[in-house]
Amino acid sequence: MTQFEQWNGFEGRLWKEEINVRDFIQKNYKPYDGDESFLAGPTEATNKLWGILQKLQKEERAKGGVLDMDTDIVSTLTSHAPGYICEECKDLEKIVGLQTDKPLKRAFMPFGGIKMAEEACQTYGYTPDPELHKIFTEYHKTHNQGVFDAYTPEMRKARHNKIITGLPDTYGRGRIVGDYRRVALYGIDYLMEQKKHDFDNCGDKTMTDDVIRLREELSEQYRALGQMKKMAASYGYDISGPAKNAREAVQWLYFGYLAAVKTQNGAAMSVGRISTFLDIYIERDLKAGILTEEEAQELIDHLVMKFRMVKFARIPSYNQLFSGDPVWATLEVAGIGSDGRSMVTKNDYRFLHTLENMGPSPEPNLTVLYSSALPAAFKDYAAKISIRTSSVQYENDDVMKPVWGDDYSICCCVSATQTGKEMQFFGARANLAKCLLYAINGGVDVKTREQVGPELRPITSEYLDYDEVMHKYDQMMDWLAELYVNTLNVIQYMHDKYYYEAAEMALLDTHVRRTFATGIAGFSHVVDSLSAIKYAKVKTVRDETGIVVDYITEGDFPRYGNDDDRADDIAVWLLGTFLSKIKKHHTYRDSEPTTSILTITSNVVYGKATGSMPDGRKAGEPLAPGANPAYGAEQNGLLASLNSVAKLPYEWALDGISNTQTINPEALGHSEQEQADNLVRVMDGYFDQGAHHLNVNVFGREKLIDAMEHPEKEEYANFTIRVSGYAVKFIDLTREQQLDVISRTCHDRM
Amino acid sequence: MTGRVHSLESFGSVDGPGIRFVVFLQGCPLRCAYCHNPDAWAMNAGTEMEAEELFRKIRRYKTYFGETGGVTVSGGEALMQPEFVTELFRLCHADGINTCLDTSGCVLDERVMALLDETDTVLLDIKMTTEEDYREYTGGSLRQTMDFLRELHRRKIPTWIRQVIVEGFNDTEENVARLNELIAPYDNITRVELLPFHTMCRQKYEKLGIEFRFGTYPDTRSATVERLQKLVKLPSAQ
Repeated sequence: MTQFEQWNGFEGRLWKEEINVRDFIQKNYKPYDGDESFLAGPTEATNKLWGILQKLQKEERAKGGVLDMDTDIVSTLTSHAPGYICEECKDLEKIVGLQTDKPLKRAFMPFGGIKMAEEACQTYGYTPDPELHKIFTEYHKTHNQGVFDAYTPEMRKARHNKIITGLPDTYGRGRIVGDYRRVALYGIDYLMEQKKHDFDNCGDKTMTDDVIRLREELSEQYRALGQMKKMAASYGYDISGPAKNAREAVQWLYFGYLAAVKTQNGAAMSVGRISTFLDIYIERDLKAGILTEEEAQELIDHLVMKFRMVKFARIPSYNQLFSGDPVWATLEVAGIGSDGRSMVTKNDYRFLHTLENMGPSPEPNLTVLYSSALPAAFKDYAAKISIRTSSVQYENDDVMKPVWGDDYSICCCVSATQTGKEMQFFGARANLAKCLLYAINGGVDVKTREQVGPELRPITSEYLDYDEVMHKYDQMMDWLAELYVNTLNVIQYMHDKYYYEAAEMALLDTHVRRTFATGIAGFSHVVDSLSAIKYAKVKTVRDETGIVVDYITEGDFPRYGNDDDRADDIAVWLLGTFLSKIKKHHTYRDSEPTTSILTITSNVVYGKATGSMPDGRKAGEPLAPGANPAYGAEQNGLLASLNSVAKLPYEWALDGISNTQTINPEALGHSEQEQADNLVRVMDGYFDQGAHHLNVNVFGREKLIDAMEHPEKEEYANFTIRVSGYAVKFIDLTREQQLDVISRTCHDRM
Repeated sequence: MTGRVHSLESFGSVDGPGIRFVVFLQGCPLRCAYCHNPDAWAMNAGTEMEAEELFRKIRRYKTYFGETGGVTVSGGEALMQPEFVTELFRLCHADGINTCLDTSGCVLDERVMALLDETDTVLLDIKMTTEEDYREYTGGSLRQTMDFLRELHRRKIPTWIRQVIVEGFNDTEENVARLNELIAPYDNITRVELLPFHTMCRQKYEKLGIEFRFGTYPDTRSATVERLQKLVKLPSAQ
């Protein structure tokens, strides 16, 4: 059994025998069921630093969204000299470390694709070093190049026609959550020893492809760990051994995360489940009298400030998909342990409290792992923070725990992953709404008139027949699922090969479980369209070539979002059918296929590429986001809508079912206490039915309209709203997306 | 037993205690000058629904009700279909669902008495504070509302009093004083809510081709309501 003096006062054995952070947490954390009265406000240092940072953010916005960029340094773990929020007052920073040498300066990251890295610079008026262009085109291949070397013409066509869309072939796949806690608990040297041990025991006789690949990866991981030490040393810290107190634990952990965001620009760069873990260190120091509550809050505030600063250089087409500059630094609080004890600690309050000490913010993407069995005082506090800031999302611990255990993290918006034991192959989404139109038009894309899908016989009748449509849709979905999975196989293969996440993988077990995350776009429009065909009469409108370009729906039909089984049964059918088709196919590295109903803000772009639908949605209009019912479909209010979404079995969409709702404060209750009580009841009722996720926004439509028209008003500088799966500063959205958010259902007082 | 339903709202948080499933019934005998639901006036419109069928819908929301929430039947005027509401409330009570009636109290006969047997809470709208205004601007009678309130008091049914405040019409201290006087004897009243008048319903009037009598008044500002609300005296607190 290993022993370090830094572990004095910690209980348990197993986590000392092997790397096992979960065991450490379970043996040492102290549940807290009291209220928020112990919390401390911001320190002077916090106010000062946050003030400087807000000024920089304002400058960044004034300069069109980017404050500064690297043009001649390729970002690696050790490429940059240490950076601080402000050079003169760097002693105020309790937690240090920036992605580059200056705050909010974006690094040059070409390994995903040199063209994109260059385009990102040029978009904001910077000129990348031509030498780098030469290196990454003539001497070194990138992920993007690899993918396009292997794509088939069919894949290129499907991608171009956006029936499979948002693919991580022009940006990092992200979604790998290193177990950053390991750096604090074990120190780098111990982690390197373990990786060395794994390397020595990794197939030294028969060199199959798998063994060779793993040995190479382990070597890269080992090297990355060594470089993390160097990076930390440049800031004056020796992280070779375990952290000896709370401040070091927070700092060590952050260095682990910093290593990830210095080397990868994945769409989602999540932080993971760190709150309960860090509370153990804070409690030890509080007990020993070497830390005060003010100092503890300051550590968390400063850590969160760093998460609020993570930035990547993005290209315009990326920003259209994921608007508002998100990085999904997703961070979880709460949850219930497998032994039934609440995992809420004082630190969970501290993380939520950062939204009060430093105001609302989209990052980190604060996520409450919810259960109606959480302590009442905590539910009440979280609800109040939601009402005040609209910056929190909720995910159902009761449905995730049976699948992922009690130490999972959320690796993007809504996708769970066992911390330290799993990685995910993120695969964007297939547009099932377009697929339905392909089924009707025999594989021809109504927008581009290209034959994209297989040339199956189109439907030629004037009125659509439900059985005929279903038969053809089934065939078209077969084609799409196969093509989609195989396209992703190419992407994941090349990402491993050319843009391997060595720093993050170094902080996971060597033998990881891999999930293969597919996704669905256009969900509610397919459901409502099929319902229209089944329960009303849908007449086709054809152009001179016979292609169906529009639909006239006669009569009423049930719509998803009203707790009406006639429509909701179609929704459940659609999810189950798509997943079973995905599962038929080989997935890269024997990963386990999952799916999600999640679109993020890409619903606007996907909608642009999608023709008119039988449910009444016109060509080009945004798709409803995630698993949300279509705009205007909800005729019976919030709870009826929630009940419809709650029917979708989480087990069939293990990558997550995203639902975003906006409630007018007046419709939620009179006083803040009444509003909080009602919000808790809504979530208890929703999640007790087995629903997965809820983004909670509390504001009225008037505020959105005013913020759109007067973005310069001080009160809107940090006005944060939840969109599908993440949070965003409303004024950072494109006008198109702002209008989309405004047009969504706001549950109002009748 | 079937009833005529105007619409359903699954999430009501201000129409009775806790979270309420709100049933808006079709049909109303009053013609309030500020009514925001003129489409609920006609007796013969709406969707016909079995009480049992409606109950099955409501049951789906039990998970949200907790200890305080339940169903609220509003209108139109719920008292126009007392037998239907009674049956619905009986079904709800048998399933442990709290019942709440939102009404102007314009009828008090045997059928309504039977309904009150199944009613846990009443939201009573005292539309005007003088008999004269009540007749002129609603077509009904204040006396009937007060008779109804007396009966609620006799039965000790917890009651919320409500009144819509229209700026330039009844946003006066005198009006609130009269309201205080009217409700003073009844200590079953647990809450008094003044509500702001809105003109959002204007389009409904235009669509129906009905004159919106108070359409010329502005939306009531929340500050006005807050100011007057402070003058309200809750009987049980006296």
